Amino acid sequence: MTTVLLGSISRLVTVTVDGRELRVPEGATILDVLRDRGVETPTLCWAPNLTPINACRVCMVEVEGSRVLVPSCARKVEDGMVVRTDTEKVRHSRRMVLELLASSVDMDQASTDVQRWMVEYGVDPARYGPPAPPEDDRAGHRVGHHHAPDGSTAANVAQPVKVDNDLYVRDYARCILCYKCVKACGTDAQFTFAISAAGRGFDAHIATEYDGELPDSACVYCGNCIGVCPTGALKSVREHELREDGDWRPEEQTVTTTICSFCGVGCNLELHVQQGSIVNVTSPSDHDVTHGHLCIKGRFGFQHVQNLPDA
Amino acid sequence: MFGAGGGTSAYVEAEDTDLLVLWGTNARETHPIFFHHVLQGLKKGARMWSVDPRRTSTAQWADGWLGLDIGTDVALANAVGREIIDAGLVNEVFVERSTTGFEDYRATVEPYTLARAQEITGVDAGLIRDLAHAYARADRAQICWTLGITEHHNAADNVFALINLALLTGHIGRYGSGVVPLRGQNNVQGGGDMGAIPAKLPGGYDLGDDVARGRFEQAWGAPISPKPGMHLSQIFEAMETGTMRALYCIGENPAESEANAAHARELLEGLDHLVVQDIFRTATAELADVVLPAAADWCEYEGTVTNSERRVQRVRKALDPPGSARPDTHIICAVADRLGHAWGEPTAEEVWDELRSLSLDWHAGMSYARLDALGGIQWPCPDEDHPGTPTLHTRLWAEDPEERGRLAPFMPVEHAAPLDVLSEEFPIRLTTVRILDAYNSGVQSGGYASPMRRRESLRMDAEDGAKLGIADGDRVRVVSRRGAVEAPVAFDPSLRPGLASFTPHFSEEVDINVLTNDAWDPKSGTSEFKATAIRIEKIGSEKI
Amino acid sequence: MDLHLSTAEPTEAERRAVDSAFAAHRSPDDVPGADVRFPDSGHAARARRHILLPALHAVMDAVGHLTPGALNHLARVLSVPPADVYGVATFYAMFSVTPRAPHVVHVCDDVACAPAGAEAIIAGLAEDLGEEGEGKEACWVRSPCLGLCERAPAAMLQLAGRPDVSVAPAAIGGLRAELDRIATEEPGEPNRVPAADAAFADATVSVPQAGQPQLTLLRRVGVVDPESIDDYRAHGGYEALRRAVALGPERVIREVSDASLTGRGGAAFPTGVKWDGVARAPSRPHYLVCNADESEPGTFKDRVLMEYDPFGLIEAMTIAGYATGCERGYLYIRGEYPLATRRLEHAIATARAHGYLGADMAGDGFTFDIELRRGAGAYICGEETALLNSIEGHRGEPRNKPPFPSTSGLFGKPTVINNVETLYNVLPVLAVGGEAFAKVGGGRSTGTKLFCVSGAVGTPGVYEVDFGTTLGELLELAGGVRGELRAVLLGGAAGGFVLPDGLDLPLTLEGSREIGATLGSGVVLALDTQADLTGTLRRIAAFFRDESCGQCVPCRVGTVRQEEALARLTRGAPKGPELTLLDDLARVMQDASICGLGQTAPAAVMSALKLGLL
Repeated sequence: MTTVLLGSISRLVTVTVDGRELRVPEGATILDVLRDRGVETPTLCWAPNLTPINACRVCMVEVEGSRVLVPSCARKVEDGMVVRTDTEKVRHSRRMVLELLASSVDMDQASTDVQRWMVEYGVDPARYGPPAPPEDDRAGHRVGHHHAPDGSTAANVAQPVKVDNDLYVRDYARCILCYKCVKACGTDAQFTFAISAAGRGFDAHIATEYDGELPDSACVYCGNCIGVCPTGALKSVREHELREDGDWRPEEQTVTTTICSFCGVGCNLELHVQQGSIVNVTSPSDHDVTHGHLCIKGRFGFQHVQNLPDA
Repeated sequence: MFGAGGGTSAYVEAEDTDLLVLWGTNARETHPIFFHHVLQGLKKGARMWSVDPRRTSTAQWADGWLGLDIGTDVALANAVGREIIDAGLVNEVFVERSTTGFEDYRATVEPYTLARAQEITGVDAGLIRDLAHAYARADRAQICWTLGITEHHNAADNVFALINLALLTGHIGRYGSGVVPLRGQNNVQGGGDMGAIPAKLPGGYDLGDDVARGRFEQAWGAPISPKPGMHLSQIFEAMETGTMRALYCIGENPAESEANAAHARELLEGLDHLVVQDIFRTATAELADVVLPAAADWCEYEGTVTNSERRVQRVRKALDPPGSARPDTHIICAVADRLGHAWGEPTAEEVWDELRSLSLDWHAGMSYARLDALGGIQWPCPDEDHPGTPTLHTRLWAEDPEERGRLAPFMPVEHAAPLDVLSEEFPIRLTTVRILDAYNSGVQSGGYASPMRRRESLRMDAEDGAKLGIADGDRVRVVSRRGAVEAPVAFDPSLRPGLASFTPHFSEEVDINVLTNDAWDPKSGTSEFKATAIRIEKIGSEKI
Repeated sequence: MDLHLSTAEPTEAERRAVDSAFAAHRSPDDVPGADVRFPDSGHAARARRHILLPALHAVMDAVGHLTPGALNHLARVLSVPPADVYGVATFYAMFSVTPRAPHVVHVCDDVACAPAGAEAIIAGLAEDLGEEGEGKEACWVRSPCLGLCERAPAAMLQLAGRPDVSVAPAAIGGLRAELDRIATEEPGEPNRVPAADAAFADATVSVPQAGQPQLTLLRRVGVVDPESIDDYRAHGGYEALRRAVALGPERVIREVSDASLTGRGGAAFPTGVKWDGVARAPSRPHYLVCNADESEPGTFKDRVLMEYDPFGLIEAMTIAGYATGCERGYLYIRGEYPLATRRLEHAIATARAHGYLGADMAGDGFTFDIELRRGAGAYICGEETALLNSIEGHRGEPRNKPPFPSTSGLFGKPTVINNVETLYNVLPVLAVGGEAFAKVGGGRSTGTKLFCVSGAVGTPGVYEVDFGTTLGELLELAGGVRGELRAVLLGGAAGGFVLPDGLDLPLTLEGSREIGATLGSGVVLALDTQADLTGTLRRIAAFFRDESCGQCVPCRVGTVRQEEALARLTRGAPKGPELTLLDDLARVMQDASICGLGQTAPAAVMSALKLGLL
């Protein structure tokens, strides 16, 4: 029997994961246990600094007694729970979720983990047919109505990139609708509520009121939505431009943790530097001060130390 | 506070408290990430009160908003205290066991009836009463403040008035209860902790503490005067009287940030010698005889900063400094070298370790290795086995009088109206406010493209505008007893009639400190930035 | 909160609509502030969000669509961020955030109405008004099942400035006349609504068994005046409540448990267990929610009960509230049921006026009241946790379970959620006692069951039969099959097919499970050999795509891919790969969707494929 220690919770319960009996803290999620035990579990809508969203359904596991699979990110362990992570049913669901996403969303800029999972689970998005052409006004679809498809192409969310301000772009052709940005803009961090899911079903999308431009919205450009976006749908203009120019080189970037130079809160900043220039600012999600969330000054207010070649 | 110049509570406590009073702070915009913790507290059910002349974005989250007249904080706090006493809501055990001076306090606040407070502050008596009862009845409660409390001629009194409320109710020294001054700059706390306060040595020791001073003298091999030095306002007075003829200014832009800026600039220009060490060529640097280009230590060198919850954290080098810019310690050591003292070129860690060897109570346990591993440590941290101290003054609740130590004194204070009085000639109160996407005099924040950026305007109430025949967007001349500036007008519903505001962020557009009052608080040295008497003239009107 | 509002201002009508919805629903201790320049702040203001759906309805009812000015005013009054208001408004098919004609004809083209002439109506309307959704004064849109299958084809008129009405059976001529009349009449003209409702006066059209003595749940349908509480009392009304109060809450729950009453909404959970859980939950207050969001295609039984015996539901809810310690019940009825809504609103007001609702209503210190909430065109809101979110003013997206509503439901409090038919069953349980109730049927299938029989039968309608009656007997009761039976769709779009050789199926939870089917919401749709089975399946697939909330990947994308694959199959694509694909899709939807909608979205298609119907 092995003991897993996660934080300071003291009561332990017994669970069985893939045949191994574990003592784990009450209140932990199944995913907490799996991560602690090094059982790799794909996640998309989960983030360590957000409450479980439970929408992507890629982290599903089997729990004895449950007819359907359960989301490991949201389900808390119970004494006597028997969990299986490597069954055919689990693998099938994970493959299908990744495949359905890949067939409808541009996943090119998702993390290398996601790319690897797609290979490992045998994802084949091509079997749904060639992608339907991009649409300019996906937001204009009438709720609860759609044109009957003939099946010759696969519906998808391809659409133009929205660039309506100097700080970030919204590239919703890459949006998997994981809701992380909505939660970061809302009750998990920023409480600005500039964006919400709008529309329904396959037409559901992330939007400001009336699908307006960001500068007309409540957005305060904290960039916490960018910080949690798993697929590159939200990114800084800087990153967007570097990528467009073919100059985005994550492998060359250094990341240095320091403290923001503005107000007295003392937020941890991770400065991502490429060729002597700050190309991105993030914050560690496990730090007590920020929980990974910043304000506009912390995330974007570094221009004054950019040592530009002609300066 | 009671011998420790720092907020009493960790940020996380705002998430677990029952009541927050945000007094003289628009933390939603000025301390956004602290406010995240507040919002988590509200999500869990905590109530929040906002005490602010403006109906700020912070106030828009509050269960109650007390829109007091500028500079009446002491009167309001005293009335809250009196009501708590009157209603029998004093935490008698705490007051009896852990404080001194209650009777004096009671006597001082006795005249501050709700009715009188309403008259002085302009806040409805019922609201004052509601706040008093809510604060006193809460199981755990915090008071947080920033410059709305401290940028007054009686800043220290304002702070005492709030601390008195915490003592009265026992809302201090327990997890979730406390008094939290939010620092305006990333190392204002650390600067003070390191001795950049005239009467203090590094580590919070009083200059007058012979034992501590002796330790520093021995370590540094030099005598240290027990007499406090000058604070900023005194420095400018000394420049005025001619007793100060040279100034070495590091990382400060007084030519723009000082109240009564035109006068401050005259004084700076009148110096025999001005040295400016900065990362920017600031307006002050323009006046300097010698400019020493400094590295931006937060990303171009190493060191530590201390935040508003007393957490010491590491800054690290991510970029090379531009041109000939050098880290501040290197410049200072080089200057020492030229003055004949071979300090060498210590690394940031070596400087820090020297501090640890002297700051025995607060910093001794904070090695770089521990700071790295723990994500920062909150002082006091006296040894390397100590986890740091998220909540200060828990000793006050100890049963054992020995352990309880020095009791917390009530500091009775009286209301004193702003010095820049309103008159027929100057009928409008101008205050300074800070906004989310800009910072102080704007030298750091001016460089990035904020989509929220608007031109600097005189914010004022629409009714006032109508009375003066001014429309939104009109250009006006704003005149105080010290000077005048021109600016466009923007009507702002967060301001009541009689109240106007500028930000300090865009002095290249509107040099607002030409207007502000350099009268300063004798206890803290802070100028009265928050209360300027002005008149507003429509440009083109006959009054010019 | 620090809302960011645009400069758009509401019209007077919009302002009035929002303000009156707020006044009608605000909590008595939430006093709006006097300063109109600022939205109110604090917990009280932020707790107004649950008024969002009624306020959106109020604006739609008044002006027919939601303008930015109206949205701003909603946001300001209710302290809801504009983006959230937009997110909620765009969730519901009955709301429009773009300008739309004030008179909208929703034409049902679903499984029961399509074969009954829906397309002809649509063709006629298209000729008069133009493309779907276009038109200045009036427009038409396609609708999923309107729950009027026994009177197919059906339409509903959603009318700004006037009460909505159902029209069934609908014909293009009648609809044209109705639209002409509306165009010329003064708003508020008194006689039109009663005239439209009068078309439903004959209960035997909906309940051919009406008036028969053996009926239990339907016994008052067509017998009592649905608008008279006195008539209701004259037919045994409020006897069950009196008995409940005499027994006390614990005994009431015991009777319900002894009756083995199971939920009739589809999941068949034991009602006694649910009630007991909430009654014992330490957290307060407790809430009761009646799920009257009947939207499963082919289902109309709850509508019929509510239209013809509205007081029965009010009494049953009162008993449930009494037993489980609730002071407030919410009756969430689908937005497409205007007549049932009118009847229930009248019944609630009348019951309140007679002291059957409100403070100290049983003379026993027991306080209970009912608030009616209208849905707005979202099948998913029939899922219990989506329904809770909808009441709270959020998008009707299902919640992750656990926690279950009985511990953390409406506003995070212990909540009983019961389907309409389940609640009606409480009345006979108390009338005869739990044990006697359980003597009808057996096992988990006790008492009587309502079935919605439609399609190719002699007399469509709601039928009440004892659990255990066979499918064949039920079809006979409904006048037998018209023509030659090809299959029966049992349980609705989320159900499955039964072939003619399976008509001896006993209609019980156990019996249907044995053959891998479900009674679901009691749909029995008979398809004869003339029926367009492929069209029916494609309609079902389209339905699930339209009604998926979009929250989870398996359902949001899976329903799209399922419909595409079905389209390819019907165009003659090679079967092998498509069947593999459909099977893969079905498995992920069943195994990994958040809620029952996604889990059952492939059911009918897979059933048809398995039985070789395609």
